[in-house]
Amino acid sequence: MTDYTDKIKEIAKRLLAEGKVDIVIGFRKGTLPMMNQPHVAASAESADELIWDSSCGLNLANYLTDKKGKIGIIAKGCDSRNIVTHVIENKIQRDQLYIIGVPCTGMIDHHKIKAMFDQEVRNVDESGDQITISGDGFSKTVSKQELLAENCAVCTHRNPVIYDELAGDLVTEQTNVDPYASVKTVEALSADEKWRYFEDLIAPCIRCYACRNACPLCYCPTCFVDESRPQWVGKSQDTVDIRTFHLLRAYHCAGRCTDCGACERACPMGIKIREFTKKLNKDCLELYGWEAGLSIDQRPPLDTYKNNDPQDFIK
Amino acid sequence: MKNLLEHTGIESGRLHFSWISSAESTKFVDVVKKITAEVKTLDPANKKYVKTEPKVA
Repeated sequence: MTDYTDKIKEIAKRLLAEGKVDIVIGFRKGTLPMMNQPHVAASAESADELIWDSSCGLNLANYLTDKKGKIGIIAKGCDSRNIVTHVIENKIQRDQLYIIGVPCTGMIDHHKIKAMFDQEVRNVDESGDQITISGDGFSKTVSKQELLAENCAVCTHRNPVIYDELAGDLVTEQTNVDPYASVKTVEALSADEKWRYFEDLIAPCIRCYACRNACPLCYCPTCFVDESRPQWVGKSQDTVDIRTFHLLRAYHCAGRCTDCGACERACPMGIKIREFTKKLNKDCLELYGWEAGLSIDQRPPLDTYKNNDPQDFIK
Repeated sequence: MKNLLEHTGIESGRLHFSWISSAESTKFVDVVKKITAEVKTLDPANKKYVKTEPKVA
């Protein structure tokens, strides 16, 4: 995907020069390998810093909330779905945006790559679908398919759903994947086993809230975890508090989560936080036939009422 | 709501939803009786769901 870089730079410079946008939101090279930083380019020089590779996993829609002026934004499939969600939720107007669509072939999982080696990974190079990982005294080339982040490996919306211009040709969508395989495994367990599964899953959590900060859905001015009057959730490392935080965070994403995986990517402890939201995504699909962020003309299931809404749980 | 809680390991008899009008006192009593009966068959909640003694002060 590195060949998108030149096209992205060219489009960004053109838009800025023509005055069509005030800023272009994209990525630039990070100071550490696989850690590209979100970058706001306001001039041709800073647009030169824009890049694109398989480590652009964070969700750029996160930087749109309540922005003023005309904005150019680079959007892969999941970003574009979150942009749609932002437009639906009135956090940005569609006519403020110039969306540069990037058909995506998946992002690599830095947790997975770091776990493959004992030494520190110093450099990650990409050429076609081969990724070369190197460091002090070692170098290994692996097929990108094996390194994909879990959400990218089962992604069925790789092409942007909304865009004004494309930075490359549309890619074929994956059809032979089951996005909810991991949820089904957990569903098959007993209540006690499920409890233990999630207990182990969130055990390393340090309550840093990086998952919340990386999430484009989490834009409340004051998050419920930071409120003190009333204090909705305990602030300790007690397992009950940790679980309460994760459950509530997930519920706030119900019917809105696009499974972009920004939360997992941002997690310093490598927790599979998506296990919570995936279940809600699966429920939304099964109960309402809804996948978030596919169309700006459709209201989400949780803010519409239909006579045939499922209500078997109300006795 | 019920689905995810149960998915994370909360027993299915612990969470109940009901629609009761303020005029339906008998229905309210019936529902509460049914719920308490059902919840009593489960393990005591303080085993998992209640912070009896915080692990971190």
